[in-house]
Amino acid sequence: MADAAKTPPAKPAKAAPKKFMYVNRRAPYGTIYALESLEVVLIGAAFDQEVALAFIDDGVFQLTKGQDTKPLGVKNFSPTFRALGDYGVTKLYVEKESLQERGLTIADLQAVTYEDENDGFKEKPSIQVLTRAEMGAIMQKQDVLLNF
Amino acid sequence: MKISILVNEGPYTHQASDSAYQFTKAALEKGHEVFRVFFYNDGVNNGTRLTVPPQDDRNIQKNWSELAEKHKLDLVVCIAAAQRRGILDEGEAKRHGKGDGAANIAPGFRISGLGQLIEMGIESDRLVVFGD
Repeated sequence: MADAAKTPPAKPAKAAPKKFMYVNRRAPYGTIYALESLEVVLIGAAFDQEVALAFIDDGVFQLTKGQDTKPLGVKNFSPTFRALGDYGVTKLYVEKESLQERGLTIADLQAVTYEDENDGFKEKPSIQVLTRAEMGAIMQKQDVLLNF
Repeated sequence: MKISILVNEGPYTHQASDSAYQFTKAALEKGHEVFRVFFYNDGVNNGTRLTVPPQDDRNIQKNWSELAEKHKLDLVVCIAAAQRRGILDEGEAKRHGKGDGAANIAPGFRISGLGQLIEMGIESDRLVVFGD
């Protein structure tokens, strides 16, 4: 086959996905940073990159359960965190020291889970509590850190 | 090196926008490529043509516009953040029925989506964030 010799030009190799980490440092309400960070996460999920969220300092309050914003007159966006698994965002790292400094434990946080498609769609927790040192080590491995 | 800049604070209240401007200018003077500057959160307020700072102070918006013209910089204002804060281009002003002349996007800036922020994270060697 004459045509077989004419190999099509090689497609440029698809660049490996980058590691994106969104660093959430502020309380969910009082400023708009937490909400607008989540908006970037949701849009960014369409780009097939490796995504992780870090919750440090007052950012740990973003994941607390039982949030009621009615008296504030602002939207309660905390249920959106539970939808992140459907967007392929399954790594929510919470800093242990930040929890402790605020008198919180993981029991004060809402359950966020995802279905692991590589493990028979088993439901697994998305939230992992890490020490400050572990968090630092994971941050070091990221390609892009977005701070909010 | 290919660099992108994210600006998360508005002008004057915070140093972030000034620092981002100085950094961008220095990077360009050093011969680096600036792929894009993206304005998010209150950072979108850097892109209004309606600011009138005192004459003996720097004009942050004008600084950005002039830098954009000189270096063909891509200055992008997030559409969702901009709409919340009243930054509109002609198309958006019309679409939301805000009347003639309501468009206030400054020269050299354009309004686009958050995908542009993710894209610059993917495409650049470094993404430098200026915020509070």
